[in-house]
Amino acid sequence: MKTKSATKSQSHRGRSMMAKTLHPFVALALIASMLPEPMAAQQGANVTLIQNGTILTATKGTMQKGSILIRDGKIAEVGANVKAPAGATVIDATGMYVTPGLIDCHSHIAAEGNINEGSIAVSSMVAIADVLDPDDIDIYRELAGGTTTSNVLHGSANPIGGLNQVIKHRWGKDAKGLIFEGAPPGIKFALGENPKRSNFTPQPGQQRRYPNTRMGVMDVIRQAFIDAREYKKTWDSYNKRVAAGEKNVIPPRRDLKLEPLVEILEGKRYVHSHGYRSDELRQLLLLAEEFGFRVRTLQHVLEGYKIAKEMAKHGVGGSTFSDWWSYKNEAYDAIPYNAAIMTKYGVVVSINSDSAEEARHLNQEAAKTMKYGGMSETEALKMVTINPAIQLGIDKRVGSIEVGKDADLVIWDKHPLSIYAVAQKSLIDGTVYFDRKKDIEHRAEVEKEKKALMDKEKSAAPQRQSPPGKAPGTEGAPQRERRRPPVTNDGGAR
Amino acid sequence: MSSKSATETPRHREMQGNIGARSFALVSLLIALLAASLANAQGGKTYAITGAKIYTLAGPPIASGTVVIKDGRIAAVGANVSVPSGAQVINAKGLEVYPGMFNAISQVGLVEVGQGEPGTVDLNELGDYNPQIAAATAVHPASEHIPVVRAAGITHTVSVPGGGVMSGHGSLIHLSGWVIDEMLGKKSAVLVLNWPRLAPAGGGFGGGGFQAARRPFSELKQDYERRVTEIENWLDRARHYAQAAEKGSKENFTRDEKLEGLVPVVKGEEPVLVMANDDRDIKNAIEFCEKQKLKMILGGGREAWKVKDLLKQKNIPVILGRTHALPTNDDEPYDKPYSAPGELTAAGVKIAFGTFDIEFVRRLPNEAGQAVGYGLAHDDALKAITINPAQMFGVDKELGTIEQGKIANIIVTNGDPLELQTEVRYLFIKGQLTSTDNKHKQLYEKYRARP
Repeated sequence: MKTKSATKSQSHRGRSMMAKTLHPFVALALIASMLPEPMAAQQGANVTLIQNGTILTATKGTMQKGSILIRDGKIAEVGANVKAPAGATVIDATGMYVTPGLIDCHSHIAAEGNINEGSIAVSSMVAIADVLDPDDIDIYRELAGGTTTSNVLHGSANPIGGLNQVIKHRWGKDAKGLIFEGAPPGIKFALGENPKRSNFTPQPGQQRRYPNTRMGVMDVIRQAFIDAREYKKTWDSYNKRVAAGEKNVIPPRRDLKLEPLVEILEGKRYVHSHGYRSDELRQLLLLAEEFGFRVRTLQHVLEGYKIAKEMAKHGVGGSTFSDWWSYKNEAYDAIPYNAAIMTKYGVVVSINSDSAEEARHLNQEAAKTMKYGGMSETEALKMVTINPAIQLGIDKRVGSIEVGKDADLVIWDKHPLSIYAVAQKSLIDGTVYFDRKKDIEHRAEVEKEKKALMDKEKSAAPQRQSPPGKAPGTEGAPQRERRRPPVTNDGGAR
Repeated sequence: MSSKSATETPRHREMQGNIGARSFALVSLLIALLAASLANAQGGKTYAITGAKIYTLAGPPIASGTVVIKDGRIAAVGANVSVPSGAQVINAKGLEVYPGMFNAISQVGLVEVGQGEPGTVDLNELGDYNPQIAAATAVHPASEHIPVVRAAGITHTVSVPGGGVMSGHGSLIHLSGWVIDEMLGKKSAVLVLNWPRLAPAGGGFGGGGFQAARRPFSELKQDYERRVTEIENWLDRARHYAQAAEKGSKENFTRDEKLEGLVPVVKGEEPVLVMANDDRDIKNAIEFCEKQKLKMILGGGREAWKVKDLLKQKNIPVILGRTHALPTNDDEPYDKPYSAPGELTAAGVKIAFGTFDIEFVRRLPNEAGQAVGYGLAHDDALKAITINPAQMFGVDKELGTIEQGKIANIIVTNGDPLELQTEVRYLFIKGQLTSTDNKHKQLYEKYRARP
């Protein structure tokens, strides 16, 4: 199975390169011009020292006036008396705070907006890796809010959705460069209103799609796993015969839909399931227990507080919002104390964004758990660092400031659990990918370049924009670059 | 939701397993309301908040002082104010007192559940011109949102309808009361005017998509001008109507609710909330309102920073949407929505914050706080959620600061109200000590106690 999935992701990468060429050249040029200057290039002898900051490690307490030595992208030393070796780049963090890079356990950025293969109820054959878009400006914007790792998920239109992709926000790298190498693979499931499509009106001529009820949702998932078990049997039998030295055995036909489900049954793929109401979430846990696997995370899980005991017993993580509620029926019993109650029952809890905007201030969202439910500073910080890392199975690499871990770090001017904290620098693998000072210095240049491009467009305008049948010279509507609605809020997937 | 309508919704029929929780919440709510009613029944109860640091926002903070509340109003405030006999004393040593927060624009009371429950949504009336309607006639005093919002320290808001060109009137409401009469501050606080966009139209995702974007400018301009003429005509007719009402013959006068709704607007008595985001639309709207002699408040104003000098010059205040927003364009500085409030204030433009929604109304203080990290002075941020909007709606003699004679909408907190962890310990709305209990706290208490 392993080699097969490797081949598959090769093809994903090939396709995502193609997607890249579709971008309008203007946008590309502008985005390219915003790349932070230093990049990987001039990292001295690959040694950096961040010195004299207040270090919030997330797992080993807080250190006043501490320093972090970074060597070859990893944290080499953390302490009060770490000295800079010759040739090291020194970042002075006096009066500042250093945290692990924040981790968003529920994101839909960098996916070309193609997150829902909603035409079918089981879409486990599609993968976010196929549509990774390294030019999505949200990668950078979130980096500027301290987010360095994101779990990019398929949408919630189907009971069994597509495969996820954990990424690091390595702004400036290509699609392959975004991938969090070694992160365990996962898949998106979804329960409730979205997979039963109760809030969506079918377009004229469009068929309604099964399922239409929560009963149907559970049926779709159960049937898929029955099929996956059968499929696994055929492969097990084939492998057994080959292992026994039998010649000329014909391999079973590969099924890209069932393959990931077999991986779930074998404990090799994480299930991240969207769901709101406690009843549907409980049903999924029961179904997983019936088939002998463990759900890795319940996403949104707004009524997790009602079944926190059962969640803890199952061993499922809860990845929720800070204080969203009432935007639909199944969110009407959402409470901002959700994270605190689940934590008190022993559930590993993260606060996620599901929104390119919210992911710019995950630190603030985590801080709200102190107000709602009395979480400590450390507990709050964990919800956007080590806890999502545990949920994604990447906690040996990221999520805390410890020797040996990836140097994914954020430097803040004020305590990061304050509304007033502003991220100053974000590092991934020891490289500064966001530097507020440089960003500000760079703005005049971007303005200049934009003006030049606009002037060029204007001078080319008349011949290009005259529609047929209109007098030449009719002024065209200035095309504004607007990829998103002007209002804030979610990416429409919640 | 009243218990009756709640049991009738499909939501309830589906949520069999949840009815227990609902009835528990309802019972708790009833108890809370009963307690509130006892307080209300006592009417002119006198309170004294003592020993607190008082941020009056009308002058420098008082390090340790007393606020006396009587008959719904602030009777006295100062460092050396004596406690009247019979007053209920709230010892607020170590706590801080602020004017209640004002979410300048929201949908409180008009929306209960945003999606999939149209029966709980009374936001957008049909038709493009609805100056005859006002939010107050549909605000639901028993909405679960009201106690949730006020627990965050927001004591009043202007709730507005949406949709069409003239959506109707926003109403100033206090966030406590059994019936709308008890909540109402001003029924017609502002007329909502969605300024026609002279840009790829269509709303929706991407601001119109390819079809709209390909329309030639001349066509878009025609549409735009047609809309503007329509608005102009409505205003003209309203002026004639006002004249007829005042000077015309009584016998030939026929009452017209729509024109009646526009009379205070054309007289410049009621402000107009002109919703516009693009700089070009904002400029057009300013020119129009000046010509029509309307009292304009800019609403939304995503690109207001681009025309800040003009806004200052014409003395037009801005109610900004959520600070926590994405930049408008890919090449815009990543922090533009964060820094814009500070830039506007520095240019001398008066700003207020509104969330323009129902879901995130309680985030108001954090929307203001976020702007502080990016250049807005803390003091100005506080004003933008208290006195500034009060001035914009012409209620600054009644609300917005802690001064003698004003309506006692006051919060007592354990710290900086803009900060994420700060709790509201006491809450006064129209001089009544009001419960901070709400649906969320009740569910919290219920489920944390699950055996």
